[in-house]
Amino acid sequence: MGHTITAKTPGVFYRKPSPDAEPYVADGATVAEGDVIGLIEVMKTYREVKADAAGTVSTWHVDDEDEVTIGQELVELDT
Amino acid sequence: MSILVHDPGLETTVQDTGRFGHYAIGFPPSGALDSFAYHVGNALVGNAPGAAALEAVYLGPTLEFTADTVIAVTGADIPATLDGEAVPTWESVAVRAGQTLAFGQLTGGARPYVAVAGGIDVPAVYGSRSTYTLVGMGGFGGRGLAEGDELTLGDDAVSPRAGRRLSDDDVPTYPEIAELRLLVGLHSYRLTPDSLERFTDTAWKVTPDANRVGYRYRGAELEFVPREQPFGAGSDPANVTDCGYPVGSVQVPGGVEPIVLLQDAVTGGGYATLGTVVSVDRDRLAQTKTGDRTRFVAVDLDEALTIRRDRAAQLDRIRTALA
Repeated sequence: MGHTITAKTPGVFYRKPSPDAEPYVADGATVAEGDVIGLIEVMKTYREVKADAAGTVSTWHVDDEDEVTIGQELVELDT
Repeated sequence: MSILVHDPGLETTVQDTGRFGHYAIGFPPSGALDSFAYHVGNALVGNAPGAAALEAVYLGPTLEFTADTVIAVTGADIPATLDGEAVPTWESVAVRAGQTLAFGQLTGGARPYVAVAGGIDVPAVYGSRSTYTLVGMGGFGGRGLAEGDELTLGDDAVSPRAGRRLSDDDVPTYPEIAELRLLVGLHSYRLTPDSLERFTDTAWKVTPDANRVGYRYRGAELEFVPREQPFGAGSDPANVTDCGYPVGSVQVPGGVEPIVLLQDAVTGGGYATLGTVVSVDRDRLAQTKTGDRTRFVAVDLDEALTIRRDRAAQLDRIRTALA
């Protein structure tokens, strides 16, 4: 079974808390529901993107610093 | 009678028609960005025009009501629920004490409005309850709502009643490319004729820098006519000697990324104003979001005034029909 995490707001998606930090979640990592998997910057503020299910990160649909819109698929989890 | 904020949504603020009469000393008006959605919301719940309502962006708030009341959700296309049951938008809805209003994922537009019978009761500052977050003034503590806030309701209700519905013909639609009508000037002569044409030919993309202060766009580069730097003007080709900025005015610092100034923007400065979005179309602008495309369509002053009169007549007709 899989689960797709989608963007709740438009903006710029970041996989890392700061440019020289490690990504919030590595490929293949396991996340729990509520874990932060990235940030979306919009209106000069950063909002955390949280996993709304538990699972293993399988496929990213966006790259770091991509512009995303509401409802856009960000990442697949194997659940 | 109050509203408990369980989840504030995103930058949800108390807004009314705005704070007027202080522009010359640097106070922008603030007030609901989508004035149509705001006014219709008050008419639906039976409030006096000018009652304060809530404006959110992209994400709706989750609100619990502590007493029976009447509410209306207007603005963006967004599913709204009361205790999990879907409720219509652009229609007044009865709320029972203890019920919670929540929102799903927005499908069109950008800003939902929540009008409540009686209005949101916060102290009026310089004649308005609108929030101006940049200086922390007005609204609820001068800021966006936060989890745990408790809002008091006011006494601006004239005839609260559930079941009032805006006629389908008056419900705005949010097309893929928003068209904003633009009165060209005051400094459009600073752009080359080619660039002025390019400005209205381009489908500009809304950048992530798009909020109540202004909307920044990407899509083309514009060139200014070479000139000798006038006394009092900065060295950027986009600079002019300082002047007042109309709300809705468009400036292009450096010739890239035009900015439309909105209700919370700086009131004057030294960038050339290429044109001004007509006030009625700031409502449409307020319902565009980061990533959306926007076109600017030039109109003359007569057309701009007609657009404004038509909107005033439409609101009068709606208020009469809903009274």
